[in-house]
This record gives sequence, structure tokens and C-alpha cells, in this order.
Amino acid sequence: MSAQELSPQDTVRTPLMTLDGVSQVFSTKAGPIRAVDNIDLSINPGEVLCLVGESGSGKTTAARMAAGLARPTSGQVAFDGTDIWSLKRNDFTAFRRSVQYVHQDPYASLNPTRTILQTITAPLFKHGLVKSKKAAAERAVELLTKVDLTPAENYLSKYPHQLSGGQRQRVAVARALTLDPKLIIADESTSMLDVSIRISVLAMLGRLRDDLGVGFLFITHDLAIAKYFGWRGKTAVMYLGRIVEFGPTPKIINAPTHPYTRALIDAIPEPDPDLTKTKGRESLRSLEIPSLAHLPSGCSFHPRCPQFEDGLCDGAIPELVTIRSGQSAACHVVARDGVPGVGDGGRPDEPGA
Amino acid sequence: MVTTSTSASGRAVRGGQGKPLLSIRDFKVEYRTGSGTTVQAVRGVDLDLFPGESLALVGESGCGKTTFGLGLLRLLPRLGHASGQVTFNRGDGTEIDVLGLDGRDLRSFRWRDAAMVFQGAMNAFNPVLKIRAHMHDTMRAHTKASKQEIEDRAGELLRLVRLEPSRVMDSYPHELSGGMRQRVLIAMSLLLEPEVLILDEPTTALDILTQRSVVDVLHEVRERLGFSMIFISHDLSLAAELADRVATMYAGRIIETGGVRDMFYKPRHPYTLGLIKAVPPIVGDLPDMESIPGGPPSLASLPPGCTFNPRCKYATEECKEIDPPLIPITDEPGDYHEVACIHSKDVHLDRRVQDEMGTAS
Ligand SMILES: Nc1ncnc2c1ncn2[C@@H]1O[C@H](COP(=O)(O)OP(=O)(O)OP(=O)(O)O)[C@@H](O)[C@H]1O
Ligand SMILES: Nc1ncnc2c1ncn2[C@@H]1O[C@H](COP(=O)(O)OP(=O)(O)OP(=O)(O)O)[C@@H](O)[C@H]1O
Ligand code: SF4
Ligand SMILES: [Mg+2]
Ligand SMILES: [Mg+2]
Repeated sequence: MSAQELSPQDTVRTPLMTLDGVSQVFSTKAGPIRAVDNIDLSINPGEVLCLVGESGSGKTTAARMAAGLARPTSGQVAFDGTDIWSLKRNDFTAFRRSVQYVHQDPYASLNPTRTILQTITAPLFKHGLVKSKKAAAERAVELLTKVDLTPAENYLSKYPHQLSGGQRQRVAVARALTLDPKLIIADESTSMLDVSIRISVLAMLGRLRDDLGVGFLFITHDLAIAKYFGWRGKTAVMYLGRIVEFGPTPKIINAPTHPYTRALIDAIPEPDPDLTKTKGRESLRSLEIPSLAHLPSGCSFHPRCPQFEDGLCDGAIPELVTIRSGQSAACHVVARDGVPGVGDGGRPDEPGA
Repeated sequence: MVTTSTSASGRAVRGGQGKPLLSIRDFKVEYRTGSGTTVQAVRGVDLDLFPGESLALVGESGCGKTTFGLGLLRLLPRLGHASGQVTFNRGDGTEIDVLGLDGRDLRSFRWRDAAMVFQGAMNAFNPVLKIRAHMHDTMRAHTKASKQEIEDRAGELLRLVRLEPSRVMDSYPHELSGGMRQRVLIAMSLLLEPEVLILDEPTTALDILTQRSVVDVLHEVRERLGFSMIFISHDLSLAAELADRVATMYAGRIIETGGVRDMFYKPRHPYTLGLIKAVPPIVGDLPDMESIPGGPPSLASLPPGCTFNPRCKYATEECKEIDPPLIPITDEPGDYHEVACIHSKDVHLDRRVQDEMGTAS
């Protein structure tokens, strides 16, 4: 089944990928750390799921498990409904073709000694998808055109160092497209690009999503990028290995419920002098980020949280529960009281479902 | 931390009146790049910095921001050479020709008159020295202050940047988080009460909540100590938050400068406009976004005419011939808005909403 066959009206779609109670534990000198702790995620065909969070929150670790590059310590990663770690060798290879990982660093991810033509056609030969050099070159031209490197013929004989950062990132995406993936995992893939170039790369990725029906697990620490690329999709916010809030991107951005998400959104300066100076900001109780090796009890945000309640927040680990239609948060206080300040400041509430 | 007042905004747009603290004319920096060749990384900058003012220098990677800052403080690497005229007006009326300083005078100009927090410096502390030793070394190199005076001054500044002196002074750099180290650097740069503080990418590579603490600290110390500030950033939002005035740099030149509200609401250079249209505000609807085609030019082969012309949608044949100088455009009297574009009259920001929040999903 390909993504294009699904009509947008389909309400019950088979998720392309699900992560079910997935954890990754690393042993370190300081003891075992749960870099990803019991997360659930699901991505539908042609849909964008943004994973946002600060450095060390576990985004890359989660992405590597989704891509089948690392095996979860516990929990299940399923693709098209099947546990990927139960797949036979051939099927696992097919899975790895369907899910492509695009790295953060366009400088490091391309082999400097290969021309663009060699870079793009290598996977085609490796998987026996083309028979002749001529067919491979034709396919390369087609893919370069898809990522807006035109005229493509001009790029074939170039080496990575002869390209700009944005062009290299486009080549990395073209290479990911060689095997007709159903899901692209983009890990900070535009973070190193200058702002003037970033939007055009994101727009190109958006077209792949719309025209080819490719799903995206889109990882970024930059909420402005998540907003732009994931506006019609969903966003999950990670903090110290756990998902603390999940929902449609416009809700996460404009009506966040979890105290951590709210602190993040409020903290970001706006590219607008009046807006940024009038943005309300609550003080955190502490600026220090706890270490994964010594996680605070209960909600791991509690030592910093402005909403902290003694005895409640430092007791049990809060579960991710629905706060309002489609939006869930892992916070004891929000789960009990609902969202403070909803209806204020022009942040309309979601009508009850 | 709840509200960040900006008392300095009262002196924001000075319309070029009064005596500038720092007056920069035709400032250029060249780097030697091997066998007799050079590149010009800063290509003739005219800029004034007024007392108490906070000026943001924005622009994309490689446009010459760091080079400009290093050149001003005479801190360029050996292969770099600065020329032009940089005049610093001390409070007592003496004028200092910065590019002519040497030896002791230069050392005293740095730190006492102007100090700089370098790009990435929070990762460049001497790892075997405690913060106390860093503080004492800096003070002793430039003053005859006693041990106790140094302790007092350092403690006062650390508290000002919201750090606990008793804890921080006895720490090694690696025992502090990135945000704490950046705040220590800000405190250190202020030890000798400079009139001008240059900060190069002060929040880059810090987490969002940590960035916020550094930004809040900068608001506060500037209000308390009243120094002038040039901060260098590729992040426009930071400029919106911290600057009274903004200067946009492109290929080694300043192509537009003006009060922060004029620059964000009425940009008149296509490049500034393009930068603004490429960054969405966080809160609110999703506005219409645009990228700037192509990439920045190589310094070794700049396009003729206006260096932005190959990427500019307003460009005409004329733009390939004339390299426009930075000239004042007066929207209103008292304004201090300058732009280097022959079509600036046609450049207007109008931001349409691409998608309202309710219609998604
Ligand atoms: N192989 C490993 N062994 C031990 N610890 C690891 C390993 N990989 C990651 N970690 C730790 O797991 C945590 C999560 O790391 P991860 O790279 O997933 O974060 P991230 O959210 O991608 O951060 P960033 O935004 O900096 O890329 C970090 O504390 C990291 O140090
Ligand atoms: N030591 C040097 N020798 C030769 N060229 C240099 C040297 N340092 C910088 N340059 C060049 O000068 C130009 C300006 O560099 P600079 O570091 O000032 O830019 P920047 O605006 O600070 O960029 P970023 O945002 O990446 O920090 C670049 O083209 C750079 O390659
Ligand atoms: S559970 Fe408590 S500490 Fe955690 S986010 Fe909610 S209010 Fe804050
Ligand atoms: Mg990562
Ligand atoms: Mg720099």
C-alpha cells in the first residue's frame, strides 16, 4: 500500500510507524541513564511529526530507534504494523530502505571523495535498482531536480566541497530519496543552514511530503522551524527522555498546556520588537538542568517548575493524559486543574470533542 | 524576570545628535590568504555608537561580523589588517585614535574602554584555573587593585549576573553549565567598567531556557551599569529583543541601519526584508514565509554593482553597475534610518497570514 492511495478523508489510517513504550538505557560512568524513557509515538503516511526538545532530551536517540539503527532496551518499534526487530533479514532490509535518516550535518554526511553522481547512484547499484550507468544517471538527474538542484547536469560531476551548505543538504535529501522511502527521519537537517536558505530547503521537503506522500519524523530544537514545517502535523515535546506534551502543532505553539512547553514558548525571543518585549514570562524556580543519571523524583521538571506542588509533583511520574481534544500533557497539576489562563490573551480553546 | 523593562529605549534613536562614543569611518579589514592574495572581509563601514546605546549587528554566516568586532578592538589574527578611522571619545573629552594605539595604551583601551566577549569563548576558559584565578588575573593585568578589592568587585558582578559568588569563584570552568560560564564571561568583561561591551553571538549554542537567562541578565546589567553595547548575532529575534538600533551586514558592508522598530516594521533594504520574511514569529498564526534565492557571494569574487543584486528580486540593470552607498532615508524627522539600495522606495514589508491556527489539522 502506498501513501498516495490513501485519501485525506480516511479517518482511520494505519500508522506507518509506531513506537510503543520505547526506552533506551545507556550504561555510563555515572551509572545507567534512560536517554529515552517509555515513549509512545505514531506517524501516519504523508504526515509530519515534529519532535522538539532541548539538547540531550533524547531526540536523536529516539530517532535512531525509529530508523532501526539502534535496538530499544524495551518497548516495540513497528513499521506497517510489524515489530521491526521480528523481521527476517530480507524484510528488515526492505524496512531500512523505506525509512531514511537524514543527518544534521551536511558537511559530515556526504563522502568528500565521491562526486554527486556517485553519491546518489551508489544505493541504486547496491540494491540492484538500475541496470546501466545511463539509467542510473537519468535517475540521478530526476532526483536532483526534485530537490531543486537545477539544471541537475551541472551538479553531477561536482564534489561536496564545491557546494554550499544548502546545496549539500539537498544532495543528502536526494540520496535519501533514491530508494523511494515512505518515511524520512530528518534530524536537525536545517539547523546548520543560514536563515535565508533554510526556508527554501523546508519548502522543498514540504513538497516531497505533499507530492510523494512521504511521512516525516522531523527533529529540531528550534520551535520556529517546527512551526513552519509541522504546522499541519503534530508535535511532541521531549524533556529528559520523556514526552511531556503532544498535540497538533498550532496548539502546542499557541496554546501549550505543560509548564515546560509554556516556559519554552515564552522564553523564545520574537523577531518583532514590540511583541518580544510584551511577552509574559514566568520565572523558573531553577535554571539548572538535572542530569539523566540523577533524575528528580516524580515529574523530572519539578525542581524548575513554576507550578510545582510539594508532595504531588515529586511523587509519582505523571502520565501523558488527554487535556483537551487531541492534546495531551504529562503534568499532575494540569491533569487535575486543567489549563490555567485558557481564554486569556487571545489563545482560543479547542472546542470540546 | 517577569517583565524586562528597557529604560535604555528612551535613548534609542538619537538622530545622530550628541557626540558618539565610538565613531567608525571607512573601516576595512583584509586577510592575507597565502601567496600574495588577500580577501577583504570588511569593506568600508561607517558607523557611530552613542553612549548608552545597544546596537545589534546582524547578518548571515561569513558576512564579516566577528571580523568587524575583532578589528575594532585590535584583536585580529596576524594575517588580518584593519584600516580606516576609529575614534573613541572618553568621558573626559579625550579622543583616542584606536587604530593608532600600541603597547600599554592599547592594553588599557581594551578592557577599560572597550571589552569583548568572544564567539564560543565559554568553551575556551583555561580548564586548570578556577574562576577566582581568572578574575584575579584579569584585574591584576590592568589595575593595582588589592586582593580584597578584586574579591569585592568580582563578587558584586557575579551577583549582578545572578550567580552565587561563594559557589562560582571556587569552581573550575567544567563544573559550570554553559549558561553559567557565559554569565561568568559577561561579569569578567565588566570588571574594568568598560564603556563599550562587544558581545559576539552571546547566546548561540545555549538551550532556550538558558538563552533566556543570559538575555535577561544582559537587560539587567545594562540598565544598572549603563554601558554601550554592540552585539553580534545571526539571530534577528535577539536583535528585536536587545537592540535599540540594528545594523544589517552583507558581504562586509552595512547595507541598512536604523532604530529597532523601523528596521523590523519598515525595512527598506531587500536583504533585511528577506531576513525578516524568513523567520516566523513563534506565537500566533503562520505568516507567509519566503527565502532568499541563492547564497551569499564569495569574498574573492564579489558581483559587480550592488553585491546583493544576483539574489535580489528588485534588481534592475542599474544594480549591476552602481554599488549604492549607505544614505539616510527620512520617513519622519529625527529618524536615523540609512539604507544602501537604489530601489529602497519600492521595498515594503507586508506580512500576510498564510494559515490561521484554527484551520489546521
Ligand atoms: N551512546 C551513548 N552512550 C551514552 N550516553 C548516550 C549515548 N548516546 C546518547 N547519550 C546520552 O543520551 C542523552 C540523549 O542524547 P540525544 O543525543 O538523544 O539528545 P538530543 O535530544 O538529540 O540532543 P541534541 O539536541 O543535542 O542533538 C544525552 O544525555 C546523551 O549524552
Ligand atoms: N583568519 C582568516 N583568514 C582568512 N579569511 C578569514 C579569516 N577569518 C575569517 N575569514 C573570512 O572572512 C569572512 C568573514 O568572517 P567572519 O568570521 O567575520 O564572519 P561572521 O559574520 O562572524 O560569520 P559567523 O556568523 O559564521 O560567525 C569569511 O568569509 C571568512 O571566511
Ligand atoms: S507535574 Fe508539577 S512540576 Fe511537573 S510540570 Fe506539572 S506542575 Fe510542574
Ligand atoms: Mg540530536
Ligand atoms: Mg562570527
